[in-house]
Amino acid sequence: MMMILIVVIGAIALAQLVRVYELTSKLRQRGEHEIPNRDNVFNSKLMLLFMIFQFGGFIYLVAKYGWTGRGPAASIEGATTDWLLNLNLIIITAVFFLTNFLLFYFAYKYVKKPGVPAYFYPHNNKLEMLWTVVPAAVLAVIIILGLKTWNELTGPSSPNAVNVELYSKQFGWVARYGGADNKLGKADYKLITSKNKLGLVTEETILASIEQIEKGEEGIHKIEGQLNNNNIVLSDSVRKAYRESLGNKERLLRLLRQMQATHNKKGDASTYDDVIVEDKLVLRKNTPYEFTFRAEDVIHSAYFPHFRAQINTVPGLVTRLKFTPTMTTKEYRSVKNLPTFNYILMCNKICGSGHYQMKMLVEVLDEKEYDAWYKNKQKETFKASFLKK
Amino acid sequence: MASVTHDHHAHDEHEHHHEEGFISKYIFSQDHKMIGKQFLITAVFMGLVAMLLSILFRIQLAWPGEESEFLHFFLGDKWAPKGVLDSEMYLGLVTIHGTIMVFFLLTGGLSGTFSNILIPLQLGARDMASGFLNMLSYWFFFLSSLIMFLSLFVMNGAIFGIDIPGEWGTSGNGPAMAGWTVYPPLSALPQAVSGSGFGMTLWLISMAIFIAGSLIGSLNYIVTVLNLRTAGMTMTRMPLTIWAFFVTAILGVLSFPVLLSAALLLIMDRLAGTSFYLSDIMVKGQMLTNHGGSPLLFQHLFWFLGHPEVYIVLLPALGLSSEIIATNARKPIFGYKAMIGSILAIGFLSFIVWGHHMFITGMNPFLGSVFVFTTLLIAIPSAVKVFNYITTLWRGSIVFTPAMLFAIALVSTFITGGVTGIILADSALDIAIHDTYFVVAHFHIVMGMSAVFGMFAGVYHWFPKMYGRMMNARMGYAHFWITLVGAYGVFFPMHFVGIAGAPRRYYDYSVYGTFDTESYGMIVDLNVVITFFAIVAALGQAIFLFNFFYSIYRGPVAPTNPWKSNTLEWTTPVEHLHGNWPGPLPVVHRWPYDYSKPGAAEDFIPQNVPLAEGEEEH
Repeated sequence: MMMILIVVIGAIALAQLVRVYELTSKLRQRGEHEIPNRDNVFNSKLMLLFMIFQFGGFIYLVAKYGWTGRGPAASIEGATTDWLLNLNLIIITAVFFLTNFLLFYFAYKYVKKPGVPAYFYPHNNKLEMLWTVVPAAVLAVIIILGLKTWNELTGPSSPNAVNVELYSKQFGWVARYGGADNKLGKADYKLITSKNKLGLVTEETILASIEQIEKGEEGIHKIEGQLNNNNIVLSDSVRKAYRESLGNKERLLRLLRQMQATHNKKGDASTYDDVIVEDKLVLRKNTPYEFTFRAEDVIHSAYFPHFRAQINTVPGLVTRLKFTPTMTTKEYRSVKNLPTFNYILMCNKICGSGHYQMKMLVEVLDEKEYDAWYKNKQKETFKASFLKK
Repeated sequence: MASVTHDHHAHDEHEHHHEEGFISKYIFSQDHKMIGKQFLITAVFMGLVAMLLSILFRIQLAWPGEESEFLHFFLGDKWAPKGVLDSEMYLGLVTIHGTIMVFFLLTGGLSGTFSNILIPLQLGARDMASGFLNMLSYWFFFLSSLIMFLSLFVMNGAIFGIDIPGEWGTSGNGPAMAGWTVYPPLSALPQAVSGSGFGMTLWLISMAIFIAGSLIGSLNYIVTVLNLRTAGMTMTRMPLTIWAFFVTAILGVLSFPVLLSAALLLIMDRLAGTSFYLSDIMVKGQMLTNHGGSPLLFQHLFWFLGHPEVYIVLLPALGLSSEIIATNARKPIFGYKAMIGSILAIGFLSFIVWGHHMFITGMNPFLGSVFVFTTLLIAIPSAVKVFNYITTLWRGSIVFTPAMLFAIALVSTFITGGVTGIILADSALDIAIHDTYFVVAHFHIVMGMSAVFGMFAGVYHWFPKMYGRMMNARMGYAHFWITLVGAYGVFFPMHFVGIAGAPRRYYDYSVYGTFDTESYGMIVDLNVVITFFAIVAALGQAIFLFNFFYSIYRGPVAPTNPWKSNTLEWTTPVEHLHGNWPGPLPVVHRWPYDYSKPGAAEDFIPQNVPLAEGEEEH
């Protein structure tokens, strides 16, 4: 209520001020549209003042916040990226200061001075050449260095890289290690069940999925039972939903039977030794990693800010990235002087209501600690959890 | 010359329009000046809506989880229970904010308004090539705006209880919620987020109509520029505004259909069970049978428009500034031919850079390299333009009208926003800052500041032409300085938030509490600062709105040529004439930038003034 009153009174006050201005300029017999010299000079001074505010603000913000949050790069690839970023930042900061200075300084200096005409200077091809060639040269350097780094970052990982898969869904992450053979077993979304959340492919998982889709809680038999039951009355929309669901499930069943018929049992051992970890991603210092990513429902993005790594995870596609962590969590904590610090994996592609909470803590252990941890963890294979009664 | 015949022909056509009733003058007008104003008012209204949405979600970002009466007032119990913004509606607000600002305010409001008003007037034409198509382009724009606005009110698959019968995605609450980029599968699956039900359907319908209107308008602009220039108006005597609108229209005609195709495929995936974008999906416990599609296909199609779109937004703003800076510095724009070359280069290059939005999508890295190269190339013509603007100011005789202030600020923000583009264009660097607030800072500075400033500059400068009256300059100054300082205060700190790794489209940053409390503190602090400046800048727009509407009715009557400008629009009478000039069309003898030409009596020589004895054309 107050707000509305203030706005209305403000508007009326403004209208009155405008009337006063109109009347006074009529008195001065000047065209109301001609900008008085005083206003011109005032604005020219404000231009210079603004430039100082802009530059000052920039320097203040960089001094206060420039080094917060970012922290040093915690991976080999990240360190390369940071070097390139610093070079680029120096170049663009120089351009920012130089061009803004010229712009605002000229705006201030060349304010209209009565009696002094402007200088008729329509073009100068040499100048155009200069500021086409110089930016082009600078950009050429930026391009070459940038692409060189990009090739390094996206190139193949070393042959002894540890294979880890990160599986993304609304709204969390699940990690899968390659297990004893460091090979990740095949996966297929049609095999996802409560006991096989990642849809891993083995003879038994295929069988279990077929059973579920045929005889499960919302299986084909149940649905057929409902549709054919003469003792109940189903509304049109429910009947339609059942039929659609039945059609889909029958289609999936056909595909599952195909999978069953063509499945090669030899690969099962490699899948069964995979280790699934849901609470935290644990990594080994100075070890090259080959991460692969899958998505269950929509596009997500695996973002590791401290390792300077990011890649989208896409349903229907397997994406990958590589990095080698160089600092343990403990070491990073002491560098940042923050004992509660942790590395993080955050989702960085809009994915629904839980997008802002879709994270997984990441911990980097030194070689000894990691090997000890993994020795224990290795026992929790997929085989153990799936075949457990 | 051909234009003589056309003039005769056009004159005959317009004989029929002399009787104008209220409806044909104000509602279904075919006069380009009225249509331009219709675009402006509709676009400004939509812009205000989108600005309000941004204040709503900025309140949540600054004071996460705190009760706000302001939020509750606008969003009610459903979307702001107890005054706390619903996390799904947060996504809906950012989605509609982005959609409205990019398409409705900055495309409809810049191209639609100024192309319409200025193209015939600056070319010396009676009206656009087709008044009827022009009228249609506005009403399509209006209809699509209405639908997009109404999508905010979707509840249980209906709007205010009105349902579309049948299977048109009649489920869900709220508007589209997948970001203005609406990537599938999130935007294809109503189960994935509530807004992907009916809200997304309305988004698609609105955009399809918008695209149709935009195409009709663009075709009209292109034909008018090519065919209806008056005698003596060669292509290289056209003002830079026209060059900008012309290339913008070509960009639109070539790229908007691709977005339409992306939308059609998405509609089919949603309604017809196709698998263009979908494969191997299990969503909310439901196993889908789609197979073979790729979400990346949508991204390629979307960004094939998406990138030229930002130049469709920016080029008109640059074109308007060229005119305003030259006029108010009393100097020719420096390097007219180079400016034309830059516009053409930017236009061409804008088609081959779209992949820089997709560096980390999982597409082939080699493809990424190609786009790094082309994107950094586009920095060159942009740099040339900036240097030319600066040189235009050098040794000028500058008059600070509000339009001039906004035009100069446009150059400044174009520099600031443009240089961070260089960082983002470098794919290796993009990895660590893609989809963070660094990107948000970049595109808001170039679009939310540069392009918007271009629009303000255009309104202040051409207000006398649109409404025959002058806006109040002192209020214009107040509006400018509040907006400039406010907007910089909003978007500059975002760079730091982004470098710290803060992802965009996050409802809050509580996750930081679990891994980096120091960064969390910084993000929280800066978010408050940003919101504070956002509220100040938003309130500052009230001055503009007051000035604008007050001056339409009570502003001092404008002289014919208040800014002493050279271009042809200032040779028409102040009272609007259907057909623009009361007598024959002006004949052009010179380029539009003879300001302070040595040997001339005045410091400006309009284009229709013949060359004096012994005078050489530039």
